[in-house]
Amino acid sequence: MNLYAIKAIYVFEMARTFRTPLQSFASPVISTILYFVVFGSAIGNRMLPIGDVSYGAFIVPGLIMLTVMTQSVANASFGIYFPKFLGTIYEHLSAPISPFEMVAGYVGAAATKSVVVGFIILAVSFLFVSLRIEHVVLAFIFLIMTAFCFSLLGFILGLWAKNFEQLNFVPTLIITPLVFLGGSFYSIDMLPSAWQVVSMFNPAMYLISGFRWAFFGVSEVPIQVSFLAVFLFAGLFLGVIGYIFKTGYRLRN
Amino acid sequence: MSSIIEVRNITKKYADEKVALADLSVDISSGEIIALLGPNGAGKTTLISIICGLTTLTAGNVFVDGLDIEADYREARSLIGLVPQELVLEPFETVMGTVTLSRGLFGRSPNPELIKSILENLSLWDKRASPIRELSGGMKRRVLIAKALSHEPKILFLDEPTAGVDVDLRRDMWRLIKNLKASGVTVVLTTHYIEEAEEIADRIAVIDKGRILLVEDKSVLMERLGKKQLSIDLDKPLSGLPTTLMDLGITLENDGKKLIYNYNVDLSDSKISEILLAIRSEQVQINDVHTEQSSLEDIFIELVTEGQA
Repeated sequence: MNLYAIKAIYVFEMARTFRTPLQSFASPVISTILYFVVFGSAIGNRMLPIGDVSYGAFIVPGLIMLTVMTQSVANASFGIYFPKFLGTIYEHLSAPISPFEMVAGYVGAAATKSVVVGFIILAVSFLFVSLRIEHVVLAFIFLIMTAFCFSLLGFILGLWAKNFEQLNFVPTLIITPLVFLGGSFYSIDMLPSAWQVVSMFNPAMYLISGFRWAFFGVSEVPIQVSFLAVFLFAGLFLGVIGYIFKTGYRLRN
Repeated sequence: MSSIIEVRNITKKYADEKVALADLSVDISSGEIIALLGPNGAGKTTLISIICGLTTLTAGNVFVDGLDIEADYREARSLIGLVPQELVLEPFETVMGTVTLSRGLFGRSPNPELIKSILENLSLWDKRASPIRELSGGMKRRVLIAKALSHEPKILFLDEPTAGVDVDLRRDMWRLIKNLKASGVTVVLTTHYIEEAEEIADRIAVIDKGRILLVEDKSVLMERLGKKQLSIDLDKPLSGLPTTLMDLGITLENDGKKLIYNYNVDLSDSKISEILLAIRSEQVQINDVHTEQSSLEDIFIELVTEGQA
């Protein structure tokens, strides 16, 4: 195991984050504050509580997951795409690094960044709403697993993308709609029955539901199903990455 | 000298069926500087890319210090440093940051003293905290070399190391390459500058159309394929060439004002003495005499032209 390589990639990627603190941390925090102002205060005051949870508190897990999922995809896809774009990827490909070590470095850094942003958003939330977390450890585990899972997806996207347009295509047109429609701002139970069925095919719904359960003890689907979904996605994404490295698809000629 | 790189019958065929390398074999000896010469598209960079792991093989084997580059890729790649042709560096990273990354990628523990020494040798120490984007082209080239040396490779690949650099820096690079050889590093370089190969290489490999046309010691190559030419300027033009001179292989050129005699560098079949005696006996008045030896460039062009014929 080339631990020095994993550490080198991780440190290099984290250094990139701290070179651009406004983009890395301030931007998602400001977006979240805007969500709280609009959905939590302006609209939330006129919304009925969901169960015994106020609407303002209800959207906190969804907001965190929204940011963690989109940031994980963005961080990991940019992390691996940028060396491809610049041509510096030659060094990774000629180094004694296994695919696993490369993924560990890039995905580890991407997931770390988005988890840190998730914690910042959680901290900001306490300024706006009264919040309780029933299962703190499980919430933390779920957050990390989701960040890891979507960072894997971002890594695939970064390997696949041939240009910046393709790099933005998936997050904008696929990930963001899935997360928004996965119950970030509402309970699936609030939808008409036909749309509830459609939502069952939205992978983001299982993750948001699981994270919300860790906060309030209530969820759209059982927590076991949510955990199973995370493992399934992680396994699927790891399999795709393994295939890419094995064949050299868009990496080696 | 033992081989540190053994390339055995490798073929590289791309998805569009274009054959970049065709059944190519070559051995590279430990501690030598070998220059790969060839026209654009000859397969030089493809060969380097395969050995370094950037390009996959279609057929054949490559061994680095006895290690298969595919089965034993970790050990094989850890022995190799690569300086690519393009100035590919992350613009916002610092010199120290990018060189430190390189050492880590190759599985080596941090060694600030070594990094300092490499940067000092390449006149980059003062720029260690500078972002790459602020460096000149020549400095970026040196950063690439520092990155390649950061993990103490036994073999260094330099793909067109002096492309686009000024004369002074080119001479600096040559000194650096010679110093690396003196420290035991095997250097493989591709170049378009024949002068570069002539100046620093121990051996020359000529590649064209994915095939090795020749691998030879530079001095042997110059001796074996090099031509010399004796030119004799005459005081008065000759209307025709005397038979005695014609029989010795001399031609008359420049409207009868110049005698030309071509011979090999090794001098074993030279007839210079006989020619001078014949000129004297024919009472031809000489104005000037000079000789020219074909350069590596002439030899290279001749080889490639023959290969294309």
